[in-house]
Amino acid sequence: MSGRRLATGGLIDRARPVDFSFDGKAYQGFAGDTLASALLANGVRLFGRSFKYHRPRGVLSDGVEEPNALVEWRDGARREANTRATVAEIFPGLAARSQNRFPSLKFDLLSVNNALAPLFAAGFYYKTFMWPASFWERVYEPLIRRAAGLGRNAGLADPDAYEAVNLFCDVLVIGGGKAGIAEAMAAARAGGRVLLCDERAGLGGQALSDGEAVDNGALAALPNLRIMNRTTVFGVYDGGVYGAVTRLTDHLPVHEAAGPRQRYCRIMATRAVLASGAIERPMVFAHNDRPGVMLAGAVRAYIHRYAVAPGARAVLFLNHDEAARTIPSMAGAGMAIAAVVDGRAASGAAVHDAAKAVGAPVFAGAAVTRALGRMGVTGAEIRGADGGMFRVACDIIAVSGGWNPALHLTSHLDGKPVWDDKIAAFIPGSLPPGMVVAGAAAGAGINEGIIPLWHVPSRPETSFVDFQNDVTVKDLTLAQQEGFGATEHVKRYTTLGMATDQGKTGNVNALGIMAGGCAMMGTTRFRPPYTPVAIGALAGAHRGMRFRPVRLTPTHGWAEAQGAMFTDAGLWKRAQYFPQGGEDWREAMVREVSAVRQSVGICDVTTLGKIDIQGPDAVAFLEFVYANGWRNLAVGRARYGLMLREDGFVMDDGTCARLGEWHFLMTTTTANAARVMQHLEFCHQVLRSDLDVRFASVTEAWAQVALAGPRARDVLARLVDDDADVSNEALPYMGVRAVRLRQGVPARVFRLSFSGELAYEIAVPARFGADLPAWLMASGADFGITPYGTEALGVMRIEKGHPAGAELNGQTTAHDLGLGRLLSKAKDYVGRAMSQRPALCDPARPGLVGLQPLDGVSPLRAGSHMLRPGAPANAAHDEGYVTSAAFSPTLGHPIALALLAGGVARQGETIRVYDPVRDGDALALVVNPVFYDPTGSRLRG
Amino acid sequence: MRLQCPHCGPRGLAEFTYHGDATVQRPVDRGAGSSAAWADYVYLRDNKAGVHQEYWYHQAGCHAWLVVTRHMRSHEVMAVRAAMVRA
Ligand SMILES: [Zn+2]
Repeated sequence: MSGRRLATGGLIDRARPVDFSFDGKAYQGFAGDTLASALLANGVRLFGRSFKYHRPRGVLSDGVEEPNALVEWRDGARREANTRATVAEIFPGLAARSQNRFPSLKFDLLSVNNALAPLFAAGFYYKTFMWPASFWERVYEPLIRRAAGLGRNAGLADPDAYEAVNLFCDVLVIGGGKAGIAEAMAAARAGGRVLLCDERAGLGGQALSDGEAVDNGALAALPNLRIMNRTTVFGVYDGGVYGAVTRLTDHLPVHEAAGPRQRYCRIMATRAVLASGAIERPMVFAHNDRPGVMLAGAVRAYIHRYAVAPGARAVLFLNHDEAARTIPSMAGAGMAIAAVVDGRAASGAAVHDAAKAVGAPVFAGAAVTRALGRMGVTGAEIRGADGGMFRVACDIIAVSGGWNPALHLTSHLDGKPVWDDKIAAFIPGSLPPGMVVAGAAAGAGINEGIIPLWHVPSRPETSFVDFQNDVTVKDLTLAQQEGFGATEHVKRYTTLGMATDQGKTGNVNALGIMAGGCAMMGTTRFRPPYTPVAIGALAGAHRGMRFRPVRLTPTHGWAEAQGAMFTDAGLWKRAQYFPQGGEDWREAMVREVSAVRQSVGICDVTTLGKIDIQGPDAVAFLEFVYANGWRNLAVGRARYGLMLREDGFVMDDGTCARLGEWHFLMTTTTANAARVMQHLEFCHQVLRSDLDVRFASVTEAWAQVALAGPRARDVLARLVDDDADVSNEALPYMGVRAVRLRQGVPARVFRLSFSGELAYEIAVPARFGADLPAWLMASGADFGITPYGTEALGVMRIEKGHPAGAELNGQTTAHDLGLGRLLSKAKDYVGRAMSQRPALCDPARPGLVGLQPLDGVSPLRAGSHMLRPGAPANAAHDEGYVTSAAFSPTLGHPIALALLAGGVARQGETIRVYDPVRDGDALALVVNPVFYDPTGSRLRG
Repeated sequence: MRLQCPHCGPRGLAEFTYHGDATVQRPVDRGAGSSAAWADYVYLRDNKAGVHQEYWYHQAGCHAWLVVTRHMRSHEVMAVRAAMVRA
């Protein structure tokens, strides 16, 4: 077919030819073309194959509503599927491909689906692929995906950059057609900040598509008005927040694209004007999906915007007056008009006058019943007013069943569009707060003289309602016959309106067909986004390393220099182990544990949450938030604290040190630091605002290192000033002292032990944290002082039976963890009342126990379940599960902590530890969870 | 959605954490253990299609607990005040 570019006119830049390719074939267009207009100008009509039946498809529209001309856009990692050729601007070097064809667009083997259409009728997924279940993964799903998929995912990381901004305005105008321009102008002249967003490259909207001149020169003179082109407002959110995406470089070749590809805008607007125009409805008749069947407004757009005649000889099929303006447009573009088919018995004067002016015959009370031609339209079958059928040769059928206001954004906050009989269209109902609607979006000036024509009955009944999801009239009928009459049911049963176009062209026709001439039933509502939004745009810069913040402790650089391997603890990086000479993690852990148990080691514990609490009522506050008592804690001493939730379960634990009469320092677990802070604020501000107390998170203010092992005191004595007494008498177990290090640095020393050894935690202001490990290493060099990581830390805490994250899992009580004796009976505290519920105190509940394999070697894995030996391995006989497990270097065999029904009362029993997922099956002895030094003599020594 | 923090001004939703019903009153603990009143306080919540008061925490801001009055159908925020009542 020859080229169809008109010699003059259009908004394209003829001085800038653009070379691009489609399916590997080279074409030329002009700057200002979309892929659709450029290919139409080159005589291309076939753009892709349809979703289910692989039917040949061309271009239906000229905008975002396009359901047919969907292509793969760009190459390699930038390949983007389902791109609407009707809005994608071409650029030099662009490579686009058709989708859903195999092996080629013209010859598609899978179009056999078309012949098997009965198999693919509505609900076929539910009916056909029921059994056997094993066929789903192996047969059905791959088959369906192969046959019914649209574009291909690039499968590679997106190489483009995205950004997000917050924008604020008094008035947001959505849509830059004539109505939007007028609204923006008026709002800007009244003062205030105005944002005008339009999805196209320039303002003008439908007026430009109709060949009208649009004067927006005055806008530029308004300094308080900002125009954002290529910007789609895709969603309305609570409180006057609007989501928008600006396509910054999608229209440029990669080497010209500086900066981010797209910008996600969160727009805070006091008021908004929706001037989004209207979307035209296709006519529903047999084979109305053939390439060459095109919306009448799109025909005008290709002529006036792009100087492309989409065909040589046209049939125009309409049912309202406005579509008649297509007649002079087509005639002006040199197209012959073979017939004007008006579905109305009494054709309007607008239609007659326009047709008469160009000598086109008008058939009133008639209908196009079928598009002729396979790969593209070659004619139209028409039923005249008298019922007689005849055929007219043509290569394009321009259709207009009226317009639907583009009211999508009005329904995002639960607004319900309402039916307006006068214009046979849904118009906005209740609106989001602050929004008004203007122009065609409000139903103004559209569908003059319309008589709805939802469906032209014809044979064969291959009449498409939803083009993108291949839903036909027959599917709708079938759904109704099978009892799926309600709109929402029909949608799900037939997949109507559930493709990426969200039924922009099809939904209202479908509702009209289902109403069957009766009053319109139901309505159609839309959810964000109005058009598809790249996930990358929503993610913005928050991906890869920037997906979330990374927190490093002050000793991180030192640990890195020691060759530490790191692990994630929330946002923190913590040293996991310090391998030496090719050690694996386990060898390093064994060496580190042994060093601490036999001599001395150091470990960063900065990540524990630290909350500074001060005030005359500090003690009363601790009494309220902790389950155990605080009144008798002396200054200079610390205590273990157990915190419950109000429902009586354990929330967190830690220590709290009394630094002064009114001054405490609370520590939390690393994982719960923020949660505990929030909880304390709640307890104070909401529950106990009578207490005079203040607190602040000081986690980052202090670097803290644990010094643990039998030689810890020797090392500490060398670290601190000569006059600082760190003897057992001066600094006993759970003692706290402010000291000065030999380097002149102020420090706090807490005699706390997580490892079970004689141990201290030394805190220095964070700015000295980078040096603290080196000072400690120097002080303990002759003891073989050894840095240890979270692996060794974790193993030693299991050896000591300390509950940690796996046991403090939100489902355990103080009794479960063997901490019931801590629950104070003498005061009110958060969780007290509910912790006394009989079921939470039931001794049969799973309680913390230790396990060791009977054979001394079988590993016990966390997550394994426990069964009585001989009992069936099913949930009914489940006795609990293993929470933490390790190989104990100290004991020389595997150990585990577990929550076992009945708890420590079952010490001495043999239990089966069963792990069907990882083929674990071993017998274990139930023991005291404190495997190592149960009397605590080492940590008090 | 945005909330008008009495200390920080209008701020984006991402800065806040939702907590729940602000109308429930913590019972006085007389040491008698759990009771129906406690179960109500901890577990039972009305789910009304109307005006609701709820706690929000300005986590990425001033750390204030706020009482937000919001319509549960429209999400309209009618009032925001600090939860803490100083003696
Ligand atoms: Zn605030």
